[in-house]
Amino acid sequence: MASLTANAHVEPSGPRPKRIGPGRYGVYAFLIISALFFLIPLYVMIVTSLKPMDEIRMGNLFALPGSPSFDAWIKAWSQACTGLNCEGIHVGMLNSIKILIPSVILSIAVGSVTGYALSFWRPKGANILFAILLLGAFIPYQVFLYPLVRILSMVSLYNSIPGVVFVHTIFGLPLMTLLFRNFYAGIPIDLFKAARVDGGGFWAIFLRLMLPLSTPIIVVAAILQITGIWNDFLFGLIFAGRENFPMTVQLNNVVNSSFGEKEYNVNMAATILTALVPLFVYFVSGRWFVRGIASGAVKG
Amino acid sequence: MKPRFLRFWMAQVALAPAWLIVIFAYIGTILWTIQISFTSSKVFPVSNYVGFSQYTRLFGSERWIISVQNLAIFGLIFIVGCLILGFLLAVFLDQRIRAESVFRTIFLYPYALSFIVTGLVWQWTLNPTLGVQQTVRNWGWESFTFDWLSRGDRAIYVIALAGMWQASGLVMAILLAGLRGVDGELWKAAKVDGIPTWRVYVHIVIPILTPMFVTATVLLATAVVKVYDLVVALTNGGPGISTEVPAKFVIEYLFQRQNLGLATAASTVMMITVLCVLAPWLYVQYFRKPRSAH
Repeated sequence: MASLTANAHVEPSGPRPKRIGPGRYGVYAFLIISALFFLIPLYVMIVTSLKPMDEIRMGNLFALPGSPSFDAWIKAWSQACTGLNCEGIHVGMLNSIKILIPSVILSIAVGSVTGYALSFWRPKGANILFAILLLGAFIPYQVFLYPLVRILSMVSLYNSIPGVVFVHTIFGLPLMTLLFRNFYAGIPIDLFKAARVDGGGFWAIFLRLMLPLSTPIIVVAAILQITGIWNDFLFGLIFAGRENFPMTVQLNNVVNSSFGEKEYNVNMAATILTALVPLFVYFVSGRWFVRGIASGAVKG
Repeated sequence: MKPRFLRFWMAQVALAPAWLIVIFAYIGTILWTIQISFTSSKVFPVSNYVGFSQYTRLFGSERWIISVQNLAIFGLIFIVGCLILGFLLAVFLDQRIRAESVFRTIFLYPYALSFIVTGLVWQWTLNPTLGVQQTVRNWGWESFTFDWLSRGDRAIYVIALAGMWQASGLVMAILLAGLRGVDGELWKAAKVDGIPTWRVYVHIVIPILTPMFVTATVLLATAVVKVYDLVVALTNGGPGISTEVPAKFVIEYLFQRQNLGLATAASTVMMITVLCVLAPWLYVQYFRKPRSAH
């Protein structure tokens, strides 16, 4: 960005390009129309959640609520029915948090150590391990699911929170390893060699040299894992068990349950509540989020 | 000097969790799945070998064929749509406009949302009796019809639209980073030569951005194969079976319809397809030019 602005002050020797004109309006028109396309669902979601049902039945999706109220939000939080029990979506939020925290910590711990060993130490077989991990990032989960269910049942982890945490760690490993391996590949090897000469062992170098340098990549990894794990539906549905369903699964049960009249306002309030955590992460982390998805964009 | 293995024994220990995961959770489960797919397993895995008959049944199943077709339609529209929209957004954002960061934030926020949330929001917005269709009718255009969500022949396009809404921002972010990396000298040179801007984009900038396009395509393609929650939330495969996808087919036959043999055959087909597409790309990306050894 800075370099572009700097260049703007250099007069090109050719004919001066037309900067201001109808083209400029076109640019803004396109951007504004696109922004509407991206914002309308969010607007509809918020407006609907603030309306009472009889206002919704009149069928004006975009109208502002006549008398906005948070009743639907309260109901979604504490009374909405997910299948048989009607304790609201907050049960799912607690489950999601219980799944999220250990999963993020564990997957980053395993991923960072693996990435470190792969980039600086490269023991025998490291390339094979890395190749399989890379492939593992792309193979559809469906191939792993049934045997994993059986393995987790054998060790009594199926239908439990530790079970889902384990699954998130397993499937987070390729991305986490790649992230850390690429990050460590950018650290000068001389730094590592110097530490070796000073007698640093595997763990000493990792804990006292590499980990303190890794703060930026740990932030990126945490952002990726928090949004990814919070937004997960499949693993929660299959491995968590009815008691421990994460918020996404409960939300889908609230909205797509077949009995009774659909309370669209409650549904939309529940949807917003489910989206709050990733949206919060997105708005707070800003550029880091972008960096995260760019690093997640598997590159060597 | 100690042998290499002993010298690095602590590194081997540190890699043990990764090795265990790779051996048991990846390779072991894949082999197990493939093994089941050659048996007549229903509710429980059995070990009577039936050759390729599950695969024959799979490709004789209308539900599977529709799933594969839907995946192709969805994948094509979703990937091409995201690339085009994402590229246009990136180019327009790169015109030194006001409030760039506001626009950028708006275009990318859906990517932070889950497919479940995306599906539910669009399900509500395009609800034929209360959503956009009804709203436009209330405005006075009585005959306005947009009921694709309830039409078997159109619903898959709505799913693709919702997917584009969610993921175009990702392509924009990747390509915008690429555009910012394009040398300013290039633009000056093009202006000196009097080349129209659009031609610079088509003939020079797009080729420069090729690696970013490839990355974005790989990411989007991964999402296409995995697409499951978006369909569950938006249409649950309906109307009828018109929006079924392979990922959903497998989960249903594994956990609800209790037909392990067929489900594992389907997942094996999914895996082989993905590997065939990926193997060349991964090889070129990571193993053709090995990094200099430390």
